[in-house]
Amino acid sequence: MKDLIFNIKSNKQIAKNTYEMVLIGDCGDIKCGQFVNLKIEGFYLRRPISVCCVEGNELTLIYKVVGQGTEVMAQMTVGQSVLTLTGLGNGYDLTKCGEKPLLVGGGAGVPPMYQLCRELVYLGKTPSVILGFNSKDEVFYEDEFKALGANVIVATADGSYGVKGFVTDAFDMVDYTYFYTCGPEPMLKAVYNKSVSSGQFSFEERMGCGFGACMGCSCKTKYGNKRICKDGPVLEKEEIIW
Amino acid sequence: MVSLKTSLCGIELDNPLIPASGTFGFGYEFAEIYDINMLGSFSFKGTTKDARFGNPTPRIAECKNGLINSVGLQNPGVHKVIENELPKLKSCFHKPVMANVSGFSVDDYVYTVKMLDSEPQIGWFEVNVSCPNVHGGGMSFGTSPEAAAQVTRAVKAVTSKPVIVKLSPNVTDIVAIAKACEDAGADGISLINTLLGMRIDLKSKKPVIANKMGGFSGPAIKPVAVRMVYQVYDAVKIPIVGGGGVESAEDVIEMMLAGASAVQVGAANLVDPMACPKIIEALPGVMEKYGIKDLKDIIGGAH
Repeated sequence: MKDLIFNIKSNKQIAKNTYEMVLIGDCGDIKCGQFVNLKIEGFYLRRPISVCCVEGNELTLIYKVVGQGTEVMAQMTVGQSVLTLTGLGNGYDLTKCGEKPLLVGGGAGVPPMYQLCRELVYLGKTPSVILGFNSKDEVFYEDEFKALGANVIVATADGSYGVKGFVTDAFDMVDYTYFYTCGPEPMLKAVYNKSVSSGQFSFEERMGCGFGACMGCSCKTKYGNKRICKDGPVLEKEEIIW
Repeated sequence: MVSLKTSLCGIELDNPLIPASGTFGFGYEFAEIYDINMLGSFSFKGTTKDARFGNPTPRIAECKNGLINSVGLQNPGVHKVIENELPKLKSCFHKPVMANVSGFSVDDYVYTVKMLDSEPQIGWFEVNVSCPNVHGGGMSFGTSPEAAAQVTRAVKAVTSKPVIVKLSPNVTDIVAIAKACEDAGADGISLINTLLGMRIDLKSKKPVIANKMGGFSGPAIKPVAVRMVYQVYDAVKIPIVGGGGVESAEDVIEMMLAGASAVQVGAANLVDPMACPKIIEALPGVMEKYGIKDLKDIIGGAH
């Protein structure tokens, strides 16, 4: 964990209520599947945002405007500095990815799949990717995933783009031996029930500190109590208790 | 040269900074990013007789200049604390530590203190009679002078270490409760714990916290804490550990002027893990600015 100053290189809307912020700073401590905690002017608690892409000294975050904090984030401008706690959470374990990894992201759970996809491609894998959104105007990063060489399927709940339905409705269209997923809890639960292989789930919870001190985001697992921010956000399928 | 040294119940502290229980775990998360031996001490995570998962999530709600938590005393229980947590604590912290204990009956408190009493690193017991987040215990002992005195007496009977009673601000007369604890043999008073608070989400139109209410902390509560430390200092002879919204060297000095011999930092650790080292670093300069040579000299200076 490090508390560092990053500077905004760009901050733009890429889909409905969805923004991409590129930050410049020391990314040395950041791993795939981790999150960062941003200090936003005027708010007491920091905002935990998952890592979408990290390349050299560039950190890309994609966030959805869901409340007052993210509304302020969306108004932040190029050159502004942001105090950022980096290196938070356990991240994905890539060693378990198997021959045919599947990545399943829903809505604000899509961004962490991108860095994961990049790293799996780097390892010589050809991941399948299922991206779920409510409707066409919320879809983002389809082309970016395709540019990595992944097999990409987009599903929309209202059928306005791609496969009509939820991410699980696209499961029969892919061949996989292991999976990684991130998204809203109902989606994670559906993936848990539909999936035929083992996999890793990235969870969200309201956090106090983001680094394991306050016990604000605890959950029960088959291997004991875990803190989503410190022992997670990634849990293995076998340990999850719904 | 200025002196940051103070003492608490006969134990010398290099400086008055004591991270508050529940915001600092058992120390080792913070030891990853700084040498926690620079602290005066710290109060470890509230420990109970049995393991507790605590309350359902969401447990955290943000507020203007603070947060509400409803963790509900999650801890692995005193036996696992002794077996797993204290050895890890010992590996990164070499000073006397404050053992924060809680319970649901007088017997619970006694059991937990007895178990921990033989741990050499424990310098003080901080007996929490003020947790707003558990039913049938915690705060119910801290809202009546008789119950607070009963816990104090029972705990004092099973340990020779200093017993500091941590009081709740959610009372009409903090002075009466502090005096009752002093009369029952308490060696110190720690205040304040969190203020009972609530937030409602406009989208769901329901409380943000799963348990509906929780403990409000952060800079917003500092004036309440300063007031209560001031009032209690007037009424008791035992030392006071002051805390509530402290996040700067100026806040530490204000709390000591009100009457605190040592100062706890709570919520600030959660939003800035380097909060305590920054305060310690800033203290000498701020002391010089206000003409303070020795922190010990200003305790209760506002009276």
